[in-house]
Amino acid sequence: MIKRRLMTLTVALLMAPAAMADIGSRIWATGGVTTIEGSAGGGLVPWALLGSYASDEEWGGTVALSRAEVDDYSLSVTGAGLNWNNRLEITVARQTLDLDSLVFTLKDGFGLEQDELNQDIFGAKVRLAGDVLYSPWGQWSAGVQYKRQRDFTVPSAIGARDDSGTDVYVSGSKLFFAAVMERNLLVNLSARATRANQGGLLGFGGDQNNSHELMMEGSVGLFLNRQWLVGAEYRQKPDNLGFATEDDWWDLFVAWVPDRRLAVTGALVNLGDVATLEDQQGLYLSLQGSF
Amino acid sequence: MALTNLYLTPTALLISLALMLGGCQSLNSQPDRSLYQQLGEREGIENVVEDLLYLIVEDERINQQFKGMDVARFHQNLTDQLCELSGGPCSYTGREMRELHSDMDITDTQFNALAENLILAMEQNDIPTGAQNRLIKQLLPLYPDIRNL
Repeated sequence: MIKRRLMTLTVALLMAPAAMADIGSRIWATGGVTTIEGSAGGGLVPWALLGSYASDEEWGGTVALSRAEVDDYSLSVTGAGLNWNNRLEITVARQTLDLDSLVFTLKDGFGLEQDELNQDIFGAKVRLAGDVLYSPWGQWSAGVQYKRQRDFTVPSAIGARDDSGTDVYVSGSKLFFAAVMERNLLVNLSARATRANQGGLLGFGGDQNNSHELMMEGSVGLFLNRQWLVGAEYRQKPDNLGFATEDDWWDLFVAWVPDRRLAVTGALVNLGDVATLEDQQGLYLSLQGSF
Repeated sequence: MALTNLYLTPTALLISLALMLGGCQSLNSQPDRSLYQQLGEREGIENVVEDLLYLIVEDERINQQFKGMDVARFHQNLTDQLCELSGGPCSYTGREMRELHSDMDITDTQFNALAENLILAMEQNDIPTGAQNRLIKQLLPLYPDIRNL
């Protein structure tokens, strides 16, 4: 019986049509999702993974819409990215931070009438070596994020030195198969040189420090199956402005990747103190489409 | 909702999330059971490999690489190999993996396509997620041989 079925297969193979590209070939969820800065990663932290599903002979792309609502602010991000051969990722992102309660501080303290901050981020990431799934030492990438304020009035008033800046980072990601309760564990570690205040939304450099500093960022995620990933992220931050202390960020996330075209990420985020407003906690939701 | 309390114990929250979501699909209750048995022993592996072959034929990324091969022999060799790797009473008698793939110029795209089809074939045969992960872990050392790296 099995012999006959295998015979049919032999014939079918002989008649098989030639190759034609579909959406990329990398395994589900190995493109990460789109971070708030546009690069592929988790929500807050870039990973060594490149966005979309493009493998070594393919192109791929992503578009993403994200929103974080914390106690006194809300952040909206629109992002898009391209991936060439799983070697080079190019991304753009626009962030809009609604100042909500801070509007009053700015008006009373600085005489400024502004209710939002805007920033554009242009990113590039190169996969240097390895594959997150198949290489014993994981996947290693290096990236840059050029960030540019669209209106520098507020950051300038609170002591930021520049309206643009460049972050440089190196990132390693590795999936450990059947690591925890036979589930696959994804581990990421990134080192970033930056002088951005609150990711750049409050400008670059300040009165306390004006040079690039090295910040560590990490995340772990557990694949419950190939569609569900739960995990946590931590992002160390500089503290350049005397105007207000800046805290590290962290989040707990759940990502759902029903197929290669869609990824939905939800998270509880804690941004700490942001521009004098204390203990900013809330929810994050991100939708990503891949093509 | 007492968010503040939850924030104090992120680990606890993470674990409860994992359990909650894990409830949708059976978390493996018998981690000691041999992988070979979880795959359904030789018969289960034969079925997975057969379904894998159907997926390969349909897959335009890789079916050209398999053109003209002896399907029955491939079926037996791969079944033997997976059986052996999973701790079953079989031994792989085919050619050495590096030698076998040395002239095929297999790309990452093609390797990923085959890995995807293997996962789909295991899913079609209701192999539990944990057993799938364990089998792939056993197969990882073959990656450099197959890619000729």
